[in-house]
Amino acid sequence: MKLHEYQAKEVFAEAGLPVPASELAATVEEAVAAGERIGLPVAVKAQVRVGGRGKAGGIELADTPEELREVGECVLGSELKGLHVDRVLVEDAVEFTNELYVGVTMDREAGEPVAMVSSEGGVNIEAVAAETPEAIAREHVIPSFGLHPYQARRAVSEAGVDDAVADDVADTLRTLYRVWDDNDGSDAEINPLMMTEDDAVVAADAVLNVDDDALFRHPGLREYAESTAGSDLGRKAEEYDFDYVRLEGNVGVVGNGAGLVMTTLDLVDHLGGEPANFLDVGGGAKAERVRNALDMVFSDENVDSVVFNVFGGITRGDEVARGIDTALEEFDPLPDPVVVRLAGTRAAEGREILNTDRVEVEATLEAAVERAVELAGARADGGRESSTDATTPERGGDRR
Amino acid sequence: MSVLVDDSTRVVVQGITGDEGRFHAEGMAEYGTNVVSGAVPGRGGQEVAGVPVYDTVSRAAHEHDADAAVVFVPPAFAADALFEALDSPVDLVVAVTEGVPVQDMSLVYEALARTDTDLVGPNSPGVITPGEAKLGILPGEVFEAGSVGLVSRSGTLTYQIVDTLTERGLGQSTAIGIGGDPIVGTDFVDAFELFEADPDTEAVVVCGEIGGEAEEEAAEVIAGGMDTPVVGFIAGRTAPPGERMGHAGAIVGEAGTGTAESKIRALSETGVPVGETPAEVAEHVADLL
Repeated sequence: MKLHEYQAKEVFAEAGLPVPASELAATVEEAVAAGERIGLPVAVKAQVRVGGRGKAGGIELADTPEELREVGECVLGSELKGLHVDRVLVEDAVEFTNELYVGVTMDREAGEPVAMVSSEGGVNIEAVAAETPEAIAREHVIPSFGLHPYQARRAVSEAGVDDAVADDVADTLRTLYRVWDDNDGSDAEINPLMMTEDDAVVAADAVLNVDDDALFRHPGLREYAESTAGSDLGRKAEEYDFDYVRLEGNVGVVGNGAGLVMTTLDLVDHLGGEPANFLDVGGGAKAERVRNALDMVFSDENVDSVVFNVFGGITRGDEVARGIDTALEEFDPLPDPVVVRLAGTRAAEGREILNTDRVEVEATLEAAVERAVELAGARADGGRESSTDATTPERGGDRR
Repeated sequence: MSVLVDDSTRVVVQGITGDEGRFHAEGMAEYGTNVVSGAVPGRGGQEVAGVPVYDTVSRAAHEHDADAAVVFVPPAFAADALFEALDSPVDLVVAVTEGVPVQDMSLVYEALARTDTDLVGPNSPGVITPGEAKLGILPGEVFEAGSVGLVSRSGTLTYQIVDTLTERGLGQSTAIGIGGDPIVGTDFVDAFELFEADPDTEAVVVCGEIGGEAEEEAAEVIAGGMDTPVVGFIAGRTAPPGERMGHAGAIVGEAGTGTAESKIRALSETGVPVGETPAEVAEHVADLL
């Protein structure tokens, strides 16, 4: 789970990290009032979880109340990289002399956390890592010990951080490590960590991504999660408890098991189609899960056909087939054609059971995907041919 | 021959009193695996799935000469169960539990370095030597004894590929599901070492997916000189950056790390044929044998 900047800053502030004064605002009036309380100039920052907000116009400075109103009107309600901006963080604009970077993440290959410092903050740190890896000082952490104080000092020294703030940056890194550790973080970052004229450091941005699998032991963070879904489909996926990712195409994909669903997506692409989504129903494929999965893909207006790919392992094919039949009863008529592919344990019996009046059934993965791609193509093309108004965007064409 | 498990493997089931644990303990025994005991704190003295349950893994292993443990303990308690298994007489631990917090696994990984025990998983579908033993939740029916070793980060995708192999008459020596999590015990490189030392494994299928660098590391081992021929498959070519594709470990970094493209390139450069579909994988294996 990716926290919003304002949420991450709440967590950071509570841990004692230096964050600037700020207030969350949902309307222009609230933003202006917040600006008055904080004192101008302020930065107005869109609360959407995308990288490169500044470049995309999601962070604007305001020196006067008029400017603040103007900027608020411009940012609130805008779209940033496809996401609607419904809240902004109004924050004390910090004058800085230098921009640094501190971060903590898990090095999965090493199986250990790694703490990082760079004196080249304020830019895309991935780009720094790719182009000048030596500009980032790294310290691998023994998990059971945590980050030793000397490691923080060494990282700061190796990164060439100005002596005037070296101790503060080392302290910031140690605190950030503790925040990361205490909250089951996957990534914690301050970029930029601003160095001010009076040799203090301030966390101008805040990133805290938390391991979804550890949320059970962080009830406080779970409350943040309730407001993180960016779209109706995203909220539906949360409600149904599905691993779901929306994509650009028109072939809906449902399957059991992450690897198998990914493979199905790849095959859609391989056979000339475009997948509309990733959706893993998980093990069992019980009637209710199947119904919810179909509801999800049918709710996506981009979808023109659906391929349902189940490999019956421990759950037998005949049980899966009965689940699918029951689920299908809830959709009449079916909004989009569905191709079912059933394989594995007792798959032949399962295919016999499936109601072929409602769905098409294929025995192989390739045949099922091919058929779904064909159906999607025909429906997208059909929409185009029947369109008499030349100015109407082509349903299939505008997605290519 | 085979790797990790065979008909002499004796298994303790951790979490055997839960629904999953009981169901799969029975499934493993039906397949022919020697399930000898169970271990669940506070449940010692019971009998479940036809075997006695003990309070501790050490006791369960010691009393029945067990040399392997399979873990079905829920995620919140899984790390403790793994520490316990690593500190017991068993030589192999297969962790089926899905959803173990990554920071917990980081601590387990640290403990693993201090033992000689092999850990497979977590989030592993299991390990199977067809016709001899299965440890985990793999559907035995789709497997057939043979000479193809298989190592995979995924569950159902493994079944899919194995099914395709079996249909073409290409049986398997052992299949290892290493699990789809960011931090796992046995990785591709470890599995290669095992298969390389097994005279009956004539080809290895490596089934990878987006995220991390395990496939790239595997390619380095192949390039460094591996006698057994390898065929690859990588899931997630169409995955967008920054999105978790189901598995906790299956995520392409925003900076373009862990892409399918990079993995396919790394394998291809060592001369490993990479199938674009499961059927193509079987095709390549058939060509090699």
